[in-house]
Order: sequence, then structure tokens, then C-alpha cells
Amino acid sequence: MESHRHEEWVRIERTPAFQEYSQKRKVFLISATIFFFAFFFVFVFLAAFTTVLNSRAVGPLTWAYIYGLAQFAMTWILMHIYVGQANKWDGLVDQARHEAAEGEGR
Amino acid sequence: MFGLSDYATAIVFFVLIIAVTLGITAWASMRTRSTSDHYVAGGKISGWQNGLAISGDYLSAASFLGIAGAIALQGFAGFYLSIGFLVAYLVVLLLVAEPLRNLGKYTLADMLTARFNRSSIRSVAAVSTIVISMFYMIAQLVGAGAIIQLLIGIPYWAAVITIGVLMTIYIVAGGMIATTWIQIVKAVLLIAGALGLSIAVLANYNFNPIGLFNAVESEIGSQALHPPAPSSLAASLDVISLNIALILGTAGLPHILIRFLTVPDARTARSSIITATWIIGLFYLLTPILGYGAALFVGQDTIRAQNPEGNVAAPQLASELGGPVFFAFISAVAFATIVAVVAGLVIAASSAFAHDFYTNVFRGGEASDREQFIAARITAVGISVAAIALALPLQGVNVAFLVALAFAVAASANVPVILLTIFWRRFNTAGAVAGMIVGLVSSVGLVILSPVVLGKDAAIFPFERGSPALISVPLGFLACWLGTLLGGRGAEREREQGLQKDYDEVYVSSLTGIQDVEEEIQEAEPSR
Repeated sequence: MESHRHEEWVRIERTPAFQEYSQKRKVFLISATIFFFAFFFVFVFLAAFTTVLNSRAVGPLTWAYIYGLAQFAMTWILMHIYVGQANKWDGLVDQARHEAAEGEGR
Repeated sequence: MFGLSDYATAIVFFVLIIAVTLGITAWASMRTRSTSDHYVAGGKISGWQNGLAISGDYLSAASFLGIAGAIALQGFAGFYLSIGFLVAYLVVLLLVAEPLRNLGKYTLADMLTARFNRSSIRSVAAVSTIVISMFYMIAQLVGAGAIIQLLIGIPYWAAVITIGVLMTIYIVAGGMIATTWIQIVKAVLLIAGALGLSIAVLANYNFNPIGLFNAVESEIGSQALHPPAPSSLAASLDVISLNIALILGTAGLPHILIRFLTVPDARTARSSIITATWIIGLFYLLTPILGYGAALFVGQDTIRAQNPEGNVAAPQLASELGGPVFFAFISAVAFATIVAVVAGLVIAASSAFAHDFYTNVFRGGEASDREQFIAARITAVGISVAAIALALPLQGVNVAFLVALAFAVAASANVPVILLTIFWRRFNTAGAVAGMIVGLVSSVGLVILSPVVLGKDAAIFPFERGSPALISVPLGFLACWLGTLLGGRGAEREREQGLQKDYDEVYVSSLTGIQDVEEEIQEAEPSR
């Protein structure tokens, strides 16, 4: 029974649709995570160890504010890109179910 | 100090808020019939509702009163927190939200035990949930007691007990349905309050934020508009450490994570994320207007005289710009914020105790729905009483420190284990238990060794604000890795002995939300 269930999971895992989904998700998550960690921690390092962000940039706004506000834009944009992608991936998940049912993954 | 008539108007608003929230609770109690209703509102919350409720959980009194006060007194250094809290949300969103939604049921431990069939893991996860929620809850209660004392003039102990009794009623009678709707009402009030205050400030500058910044530069000085210059290596590393705790810790806070279990599916979780990210971001964008507005119109000395941390800067600003009624409204918003967040924390902590310890560890998962439901309610009372008892003698303890500690423990004890459970095939029971224990002990231990607890001279850990994350988070990951390599059986043997599920199953399930694989495949069959 256990091993039978196991085969069913592997059957879904081996469908081309699931492989495509898992690959796309992995690439997106790794690149997005590296990007936003870098974007944020460069800011934190500059603020903690240097004074380069302390000069005026636009009117009274300092570079610290410009970079800080850019983090807001980054968060919103990345969130929308992710949700858009993930909603598309839902189609691949449905496809993986059908492919597994049709036995293509066997 | 505020006058008596200020108090009178504020009390009217407070009573109004209490009446509305109790009304919601009465309505919710009629709809709470099962254990699932109690813990996760039956998984029936819609996307936008959950989005507002997430914002409500996220925007605690620390965000509203704390950050506004910090910006008023320290300038950009306060806005720093706004940025950190917002970006932290990306970690939750990208790495944790969907797998958690797909694997979990009522608690964080449910998600880990979706892979590991061991009660040791469930117990340790429940302990870390309770520790984190307790730190956070005590922080909220202590802060709330002090603030309400200032706002309506009742003694600290009376304020703490009032909030404690209210939160107990919400949870015991209304469970997660009441908590969610109270969060929604509070989120709407908070946004309205922050917008109202911002408009009142900007009206003085022709609605041009640059005008406000110009005024800050000329009247307060340019140092308010940039981070403080680095002073010492330890101070700089302290800042890095604090930000690591903020960024990662959010993804390990149980009361934030269980929000994703109240929606029916991953797609709804995503739509709630869109609502939440916009609301949270827009709110934090308003914080400089509130903070600088308070510094300009109330004055830094007046703010400090009322509260050295600036915790009542926002209500003071309302009083200055809009008189007693506006002051009363903003105070009531702060009060609603506090009770709502505390309610969310009680439900997270009590479900860890009732569902994880009682139902699954003591009763081996054999308790009937009715027994679980009763246990959940009794535990909620117990957790509330414990939190009140701990908060009463702690008047005057630094609230920001307790909150930072909760984040650091979450980042060190929970986050490594959550991530590796989802993403690492070879991860095993020994690794998970070791990771959680080392993360918990090292983060709490380093704080005890820091100047915050031991005092400046005796401190062994040099970071002034005692943020342990820079060291304890890597330690948590290291313990997961070493525990997996050295301890117990390998992942493969655990699978053979039925101690952990097959990783293929966990992986596919976490990515797709499929729970019963045979049924799903059969359902898909006729439509070929």
C-alpha cells in the first residue's frame, strides 16, 4: 500500500509538466531571492559601515531615502512578478495531474 | 500632559471599539462549531479578507506607535525599520507561504510533521512557537499597558488586565473567525488613522512631501534625513545582525504564518498577498510623514517628556493638529491595534499547546473533535493568564528589545528548519531537532550574555542592542546540517522505517497542494 502510494507521487513528479513547473519555480525563486537579499543587504552594509548614502540626492532627499524608497518599489514589483508567474504555473500543475492520470509519467 | 476632557473623549472611543469587537466575537461564536473553525476559521477566509487580516497582524503597535516615535526622535534610523519590515515580507511570500499553505493544517508543527512522523519534532516546534509568541505577547502587553495608561489615564495593571480579559473573550468565544474580523476592522481603522494624520500634516506643505522634508532639513537638521555615521565595528555589526533578524524572523513568526492556513488554497493565499503587500507598503510609506510631522508640530522635547522612546508621538501629533476628538480617535486606533495583535498571538500560542501537545503528543492524535475544541479553549485561557501574569511585573522593560528577541528566536530556531524541510532531500529528524534547539538556545543565550541583560561592563556578547541573529542564525543552519550528518539514521533509513515521509511526496505536495494523490489522479482521469 505504502509503496503503491509512493509510485503515485513519483508518477506526478516524473510528468513533463511537473518537471517544467519545478524547474521554472526553482530558477525563479533562486534568482529572485539572491536579487532581493543583495539589494537589501547592500543597502544595510552601506548604511552601517559607510556614509556614502548621507549626502543629498534630490532636493532635501538623501541617497539613503532614495535607496530606501527603491526597496518599496522592488518589493511591490517582485511580488507582482511572483504572483503572475505562480498563477501561470497553476496550469502546469493541472496538466501534471492529467498527464499522471493518463500514465504518461510511467 | 493631556487634560481630563481629552481622556473623556478617548474613553468614549475606547468603549466603542470594545463594543464593536465584542459584537464581532458574539457573531463569530455562532459560526465557530468545529476545531477547524476555531484554529483556522475553517479555511474559509477569502483573499481580500485575509489580505487585510495579514496587514492587521503585521502592523502591530510597534509599527504604528514605535516607528512613528523612532522617526520623530532619531529620523532616518526609525524609517530603517519600516524598510526592513516590508522587505522581510518577500521572504515569507517567496519561500514559505505556499509550501506552508500546502503542507500545514493548524500550526507550524503540522507543516514539519507533514514530513517527519516524530512527536519529538512536534514538541520542539510547539515549544519554540510558544516561546516566540510569549516574548511577542509580553512585549505587546507591556507596551500597551504603558500607552493606555498615558492615553486614558488608568493605571498600568488595570490596562494590562483589561486587554488580557478582552483577548481571552475574543479567542475563547470567537476563535480564529473573531480574530480575523477584528484584524480586518483594525487594519481599516489603522489605515484611515494613518492617512488622516498624514493628510493633516501635509496640508501644511501644500500636500507636497518635499516641502515637509525641506522643513525637516531646516528646522530639525539634515542628520534626521540620513542614517547615523558608523561609530564602532560592534555597532555596525549590531545593525547588520538586527536586520538579519528582521528579514528572516518574519518568516518564522507563528502568528504571521498561520494566516496562510485560513484560506482555501494557494491561489487565494496569493491574492491575499497582493492586498497585504500593498497595504503594508503604503502604510510604511506614511511613517516618515507621521514621524517628521510629530517632530515638527509637537517638538522632540515634548515627545520625549511624555515618553522617552516616543511611543505616543502619533497620538500627540493628532492632539496638536486635530484637537481632542482626533486625539481620541488615534488613541482608539492604537488600542484596537494592540488588542487585535495580541489576539492573533494568543491563538498561535494556544493552538501550539492544545493541538500539538495535547491532541498529538499526549493523546497520540486520538482526541475527538469535541475534546480538541474544549482543549483549545481551555489552553487559550491558560496562555492569556500566563501572559498577563508575566507582563504585570515587567512594567518598564524595554519593549523594542523583547520584540527584537522574538524576531531573533524565530529567525534562528524556526526558519532554518522550515526551509530545509521544504528544500533539502537528505534532511532528517536529528537535524531538525538539533537545528531548533540550537537556534532557540543560542539566540536566547546570546541575548542573556549581551549588555541589555548583563549590563555594559559584565557583558560577554558585545552587541549593544543584543541582536544575536548574525551568529545564532548560522548556528541554527549549522546544527541542522551537522545533526543530519552525524545524528540518528540517514534520511533513507528513516523513510524505510516510516519515521519520515518520502521526500518525493513532500516535494510534490508542497509545490502542488495535492494531499490525496490517488484521489487527485482519479479525478483528473475522466477529463482526458
